[in-house]
Amino acid sequence: MAIPKVCGIETEYGVHASGPDANPVSASSILINAYAAEVDRRTRWDFEDESPERDARGYAREGALPPMVETHLANTVLTNGARYYVDHAHPEYSTPECYDPLELVCHDKAGEEILRRSMVAAAALPNSPEVVVYKNNSDGKGNSYGCHENYLMDRTAPFASVVTGIIPHFVTRLIYTGAGKVGAETTAFGAETVHYQISQRAEFFEEMVGLETTLKRPIVNTRDEPHADPKRFRRLHVIVGDANLAEVATFLKVGTTALVLAMIEDEMTPAKELALSDPVRAMHQVSADLTLSRPLRAADGSTITALEIQWEIFAAARRYAKEKGLDVIGGEQVGEMVLDRWEAVLTGLESDPGSLADQIDWLAKRSLVEGYRDRHGCSWDDHRLAALDLQYHDLRPARSLFSRLPMERLVDDAAIAAAVTEPPRRTRAWFRGRCLAEWPDAVVTANWDSLVFDVGGDPLRRVPMMDPLKGTADHTASLFESCDSPSELLERLSS
Amino acid sequence: MAEREQRRRNAPSRTETEVVEEPAPSSPRGEKLKADLDDLLDEIDEVLEDNAEEFVRNYVQKGGQ
Repeated sequence: MAIPKVCGIETEYGVHASGPDANPVSASSILINAYAAEVDRRTRWDFEDESPERDARGYAREGALPPMVETHLANTVLTNGARYYVDHAHPEYSTPECYDPLELVCHDKAGEEILRRSMVAAAALPNSPEVVVYKNNSDGKGNSYGCHENYLMDRTAPFASVVTGIIPHFVTRLIYTGAGKVGAETTAFGAETVHYQISQRAEFFEEMVGLETTLKRPIVNTRDEPHADPKRFRRLHVIVGDANLAEVATFLKVGTTALVLAMIEDEMTPAKELALSDPVRAMHQVSADLTLSRPLRAADGSTITALEIQWEIFAAARRYAKEKGLDVIGGEQVGEMVLDRWEAVLTGLESDPGSLADQIDWLAKRSLVEGYRDRHGCSWDDHRLAALDLQYHDLRPARSLFSRLPMERLVDDAAIAAAVTEPPRRTRAWFRGRCLAEWPDAVVTANWDSLVFDVGGDPLRRVPMMDPLKGTADHTASLFESCDSPSELLERLSS
Repeated sequence: MAEREQRRRNAPSRTETEVVEEPAPSSPRGEKLKADLDDLLDEIDEVLEDNAEEFVRNYVQKGGQ
């Protein structure tokens, strides 16, 4: 049965440092340490329960190193419940666990703000190189880095049905989640020339299902690391998305996916009739088709377009909402907002894609690139177009093109500023964030599903948080009000 | 391979009377977006990196996840 779709986004940011000794690992560390010093964060991440090599299909790879070996680097936990660290030579920001898609938009934007503040803090350090951050997914030279989504799922939903149910959505949601890209950088398109494509990331995918995240990337990632009670929960780790700057795009990316996953848990997905004969190839085709009209080959030999598949999934989602309600994606209000937006965007894509240039990243960037080409008559291999593409994602206020576009907002600046320091109220992120805000010196390490306290004298005390829906403001706000010390809190928790 | 059908999507919002969908550019929303874009394009050279070629060439990332 469907359970609330607690969700989060991890973004690996592109990073560039100038200067003779500049390298991306130290540049990433500088950013994170500069920010941590500014907000006085000392709590380190705890790797105890991490097992990224465990496979949802039921096996573990032998001899894999624990993540600590490769990331002996800046790694911190913030009072908003987020994790901010160096991963694979990139600064990575993992939002806290959010309760609904709109809240996640706010926390994803707060992540951008934290990266901007980090750039400012790093620039103030003596002798540091200029460090610049980009929210994108590739360098245009064949190197890609990810923006991963995570969704809480019921462990009893068979993984095989998750795979067949979600693939048609992952392949076709691109038409509104793509962040756009000038040119192509892999062999995914064969002899076809691609001047502009919908997705940053799609052409890097080569498999349908698998455990890898950096090579032979699969559409469905099987990492089975729930960061919660493994008997009750699964965390679907989604590596197939683009990093979005547009709030509407992030909202739809998460909202529609959460809804389809709830439908899969309730066995109400239309996926069987939407099965594609070659999803990997289909995803490349969708990315390259700016007309949104190219037929994809279905498993049954018929053809269907990405837009048609999205309309089918949308119709099934409407039926689902009518029958089961929308509580599992955050309630009727936010759920209806997802459905209404979804319908409006599909309608716009069908009739007048240009009208969505203030909502969808690939269309916003495309209008910019096309407008520039019209004015300057440049060819597609002109460096200025590649620079426009890169600067769309540039987080420096003076260089950002995205921030100069009249994009539609779903959350306001005050809410984003609050999310820089305040945790979501309706998940265990609340407890994590509040403990860190109240007693930073007593929390020795933290991770997604536990906190370790040092309250002096006794051995260290680990507080498990195996249910992402416990430790909310409703559950624990009164505890924080009535406890004067961390020892008192621990005492109350254990009684 | 005789039976290859072209499927029709089921668009709940579509009604019989909605026949003409063009022309998009004259929609007030499209016009407004275009005007805003023109303003940005007028000043974009001040925002763009001076040496686009070098800027793009220097942006090299290690692969990630």
